[in-house]
Amino acid sequence: MLEIKGLMADLQDEDKTILKGVDLSIEAGQVHAIMGPNGSGKSTLSYILSGKDGYEVTGGSATLDGVDLLDMEPEERAAAGLFLAFQYPVEIPGVGNMTFLRTAVNAQRKARGEEELSAGDFLRVVREKAKSLKIDADMLKRPVNVGFSGGEKKRNEILQMAMLEPKMCILDETDSGLDVDAMKLVAEGVNALRSEGRSFLVITHYQRLLDHIKPDVVHIMANGRIIKSGGPELALEVENNGYADILEEVA
Amino acid sequence: MALAKLKADTTEARLSGLTVPAGFDAARKDALLRVVTMGLPSRRDEYWKYTDPTTLTAADAVAATVLEIDEPLLFGAVDQIKVVFVDGVFDAAASDDLTQEGLEIARLSDIADTDIHWAKDFYGTLETRGQNPVYRPLATLNTAFATDGIVIRATAKVKKPVSLVYLHKDDTSDVMLHSLVRVEAGAEVTVLENGPAAARFNSVLEVDVADGGAFHHVRAQGRDHERRAVTHCFARIGCESLFKSFTLTVNGRLTRNECIIEMLGDDAVAHVAGACVGDGDDFHHDDTVFITHDALNGESRQVFKKVLRNGAVGVFQGKILVKEGAQKTDGYQISQSLLLDGDSQFLAKPELEIYADDVACSHGSTSGAIDEDALFYLQSRGVSRQAGTDLLTLAFLAEALDEIGDDALADDLRDRLESWLARRS
Repeated sequence: MLEIKGLMADLQDEDKTILKGVDLSIEAGQVHAIMGPNGSGKSTLSYILSGKDGYEVTGGSATLDGVDLLDMEPEERAAAGLFLAFQYPVEIPGVGNMTFLRTAVNAQRKARGEEELSAGDFLRVVREKAKSLKIDADMLKRPVNVGFSGGEKKRNEILQMAMLEPKMCILDETDSGLDVDAMKLVAEGVNALRSEGRSFLVITHYQRLLDHIKPDVVHIMANGRIIKSGGPELALEVENNGYADILEEVA
Repeated sequence: MALAKLKADTTEARLSGLTVPAGFDAARKDALLRVVTMGLPSRRDEYWKYTDPTTLTAADAVAATVLEIDEPLLFGAVDQIKVVFVDGVFDAAASDDLTQEGLEIARLSDIADTDIHWAKDFYGTLETRGQNPVYRPLATLNTAFATDGIVIRATAKVKKPVSLVYLHKDDTSDVMLHSLVRVEAGAEVTVLENGPAAARFNSVLEVDVADGGAFHHVRAQGRDHERRAVTHCFARIGCESLFKSFTLTVNGRLTRNECIIEMLGDDAVAHVAGACVGDGDDFHHDDTVFITHDALNGESRQVFKKVLRNGAVGVFQGKILVKEGAQKTDGYQISQSLLLDGDSQFLAKPELEIYADDVACSHGSTSGAIDEDALFYLQSRGVSRQAGTDLLTLAFLAEALDEIGDDALADDLRDRLESWLARRS
């Protein structure tokens, strides 16, 4: 599904290399987790995959089902099936959450040559999915993420993911700022979306999220590279011993 | 002095091609004298520093190509009393019957030779009052030479709006209309204005709201790219009265909208708002507002939002004057621009002048670019950069559109704005 080969990237304004050759292959239906110390390039990887400005790819490739991601506009990547759940979801005053969701869903459908959803159908689907994420009507009416609590923002991300039904979901520190109950709710939302045709890349600092969203593969990222990959036990090792041992072992 | 000479010459050249229409003789004569004394404005006048009035004061109007667009009339779905002017000429066939319970509606030119009419004493009154402390000679020119307009007296609360439709069909039309509204105590009326009106349009609207009366005004200035307009709304409002005005401006080469409000009664409320979308370096839009608080416990709001791109220029000159004794005044003023590129300009001159010591007045002005984080967020959800920019643009304008009290009218404007942005012409 997602193939990343030797991906290298600089921060545009500061002339600073962040990714120094990332290799990652995620098969359909798999859940991969990336852990790593602060500043290792985890979030940068998610931004570069989704097409945020401010980075320059200096080498390597990233493809989604064989299609070159790096050549596309962010919206084209989204239509191709890529989704990023933001670490810090953006507040958009003046744009209603519902309007935002409908615009996004229909823009993607249009880009894929599908019929737009009727207002009625859309409303029915949103209500149903919102309910399972405990998102009430008021949250749907309010401007996007404005005045939302940390938990509400993250649930709103998962609602968007559920509505857009992407193939490849990247969750960038979705557990940050969440209490235990909110994390469970978010994890349940993610697990409900797990399917054979859908893959996940879960970026996190803590093993705790991975108790709820069970990964197939865990990667450790440090200094712009993936330095070690393994099974779920790797996350436990990090939880117990920190990164020091692993960093030393690789060095 | 060369400047005075230049001013006198400009004024003379402009006046030489004009004939004073019949009716309102005293007021017109007075106005003619005043306009000669004041002289027409030039950029050297402080009040016109940011907007060049040359094309507004020139003897001849610059031709403006009529924009042929095929779209239903704005506010068309609203039950209304339609009054149509084509290049300033009343179109009886296209207009509705002007009889309506609670309203007396007449054409200005029809009452010109009536001996007794309330409008006879009122014509030009508020325009004259509005010349202090700043001259507005183009309004005075209008009082002297306006050929027609509509005269409305509201005696009851009337829901059905009077809808003035200004069609533009002649590339060279040069039009002056002057309308009067008198809202009697406890009465209420809504006036809609819609359309480009002419190649060059000069309008004056004088609004007198008695105690407990309410006046609602919603205006869209038409999309002809080359039209020029200077509009003036002079209002005087009484105790516990309400004045509410909203203007949407999209396109047009030059637009100057002046709104001058005197709050003479206690507990009065005056809201003026505007949204403007300007595209291109030949777009210039100016909102000039002057609100005078001269009574207790008045509330005024000015909310102006402009979206500018490709070198468009937006101007806001807004003043709140709180006179001595106008205690407990609550005055608010905000002007904001969204600059979609580095070539566009927003010039703001917010002013407060306060002679009372127990008031709450605030003003703010901001200019900013589109929020790139918000735009990326939208793009990452599949919304194109263009559609995302439109969505954020509408969101930016929403605060001004929210000032419209009537949901149906607001929705109509919002929908239309959305399709205009999407269509980009």
